[in-house]
Amino acid sequence: MRIAIVDESSARASIIEEGLSELDDCEIFVIGERQELLAHIAEVGPDIVLMDLGNPSRDVLEEYFAVSRALARPIAMFVDQSDEESIAASVEAGVSAYVVDGLAANRIRPLLDLAVRRFNAFARLQSDLAEAKGKLAERETIDRAKRILMDSRGFGEPQAYAEMRKTAMNQGRRIADIAEAIVTAHELIGGKK
Amino acid sequence: MTSELTIGFLPLVDACLPILALEHGFAEEEGLSLRMVRDVSWATVLDRLLYGHSDVAHLVAPLAIATTLGRGRPAQPLSVPFVLGLNGNAVTMRPELARKVGEPGKLADPIQAGAKLAHLARERKFAGKPLRFGVVHRHSSHNYMLRYWLASCGIVPDRDVEMETVPPPFCADALESGDVDAICVGEPWNSVAVERGAGEIVIATAQIWRRGVEKVLAMREPVLDERRDTIEALIRAMRKAGERFIDPEYFDSNAEILARPEYLDGDAKLIRHAISDHLLLAAGADPVHYADFMFQYREAANFPWVSQAQWLYSQMVRWDALEFSEEGAAKAGAVFRPDVYRSALSGTGQPLPGANSKVEGSLSRPTAVGTQQGAITMEDNRFFDRRVFDPGDIAGYLRSLP
Repeated sequence: MRIAIVDESSARASIIEEGLSELDDCEIFVIGERQELLAHIAEVGPDIVLMDLGNPSRDVLEEYFAVSRALARPIAMFVDQSDEESIAASVEAGVSAYVVDGLAANRIRPLLDLAVRRFNAFARLQSDLAEAKGKLAERETIDRAKRILMDSRGFGEPQAYAEMRKTAMNQGRRIADIAEAIVTAHELIGGKK
Repeated sequence: MTSELTIGFLPLVDACLPILALEHGFAEEEGLSLRMVRDVSWATVLDRLLYGHSDVAHLVAPLAIATTLGRGRPAQPLSVPFVLGLNGNAVTMRPELARKVGEPGKLADPIQAGAKLAHLARERKFAGKPLRFGVVHRHSSHNYMLRYWLASCGIVPDRDVEMETVPPPFCADALESGDVDAICVGEPWNSVAVERGAGEIVIATAQIWRRGVEKVLAMREPVLDERRDTIEALIRAMRKAGERFIDPEYFDSNAEILARPEYLDGDAKLIRHAISDHLLLAAGADPVHYADFMFQYREAANFPWVSQAQWLYSQMVRWDALEFSEEGAAKAGAVFRPDVYRSALSGTGQPLPGANSKVEGSLSRPTAVGTQQGAITMEDNRFFDRRVFDPGDIAGYLRSLP
């Protein structure tokens, strides 16, 4: 089975590629750029094309497949196989699949399930990364706010932190928000960064 | 109690009505809480609609009909109780081609430009390098309006010129790289190409058909049945948004809203041109005013005329290897739901036409038409070649086309 993964995100493409390589008897081709997309696909001659829902070229691909229905080896959309549950899961995960007509459903299903799991895994990685970045930024703000309090009020480090924590509790806010307010106020009244 | 509605859309200026209904508070007044979900391809907008990620969607009108008829995928009945607007697209060509067909800085005459284009198309085909046109989707008004224009000018699409699909955000690139010679796309994408010097606007689609149906609000038929009251509330909110959209006092603020990252994520200046019916035809030129370039409100513009759905059906038969049948025509016509539009606005100050269908392209001057409520004066709604479409005789219309 020849599988083409069309994805402009090379990180995601490699995560999917790695997942699909578990399957026996599969050759995987990653198409990363949109120039000459259709020519690349024609060259690969895939049985299955996977493309993420955020790719503007989906309409181009569907047009190509609609036309290719007249050809000897037509490509159908996965929806033609009328496996509602799989399709709903793939839309949820953000991946669309196009399958050569006549490929047995029992060969498609495990492949699509794998692709969906890999897409979900990638989405989780991304949100973890965003969260980690957010936490890191908060950490830095809290440190800056501590230093401001230490410099301006002569607090030691534990006391500066305790002050912020107390204020946060009294106001029902997060320490990071209090720290943000201290840093902003300090910058506004002309303190150095 | 507020009802929640999730609305799928593509970042185009004609997604304006649901966005402005939300941002100006008209949706809230109607007890609606709207959530807008942006995508970058019609295929994904449609997938989300069919699998319940969105309740309703901004959609190219022919795609709603194609989906109902099972073109390209298994049939799923969609309903359209509201037209989001008429026209608003343009044909932009690579500068050297645009200058052979028209005059820089002026909209071309569609008949004269078409004649010149026919000549150039023959030359290019003879040289083994046929002209190539890009449209945003196979099932789009862009595709059918462009083909209508070309065919009436003696150019046979697919035979004399090549047609391909180009996603709107890639249109400027495709012109610049020479992948296509011309595109038919909505705003702001013509302006983006023009501003980059990649293309020049030659004609607006409103010159091909003065009142041509464009995007629609589409939903699955069962969703319309189950959430009828909510959908009718949305229709009322979007009519109010339409009134605000065409109010010159709000051109600036509406453009600012639409330009935001969560909506079009674009240039407010270019968006303002489009909503005030101004077109930047060539890089460095002054924007030209072309009345009713976009048409979202007057003359009950949002009324889903059954005849407009059937005109689109006639073009699918013409270009899409679809066999004509009275049954198919009726099914396509039934996608548009004037009954829902009427029931949503009955008793409000909004004008409602007396009929559900009309002979398209038959009016050459302002004409007062019969109404169910309010007054409507329809203006020039002709096709550039003066053909008229009588929904009572689609087969005859198809035979009369070149």
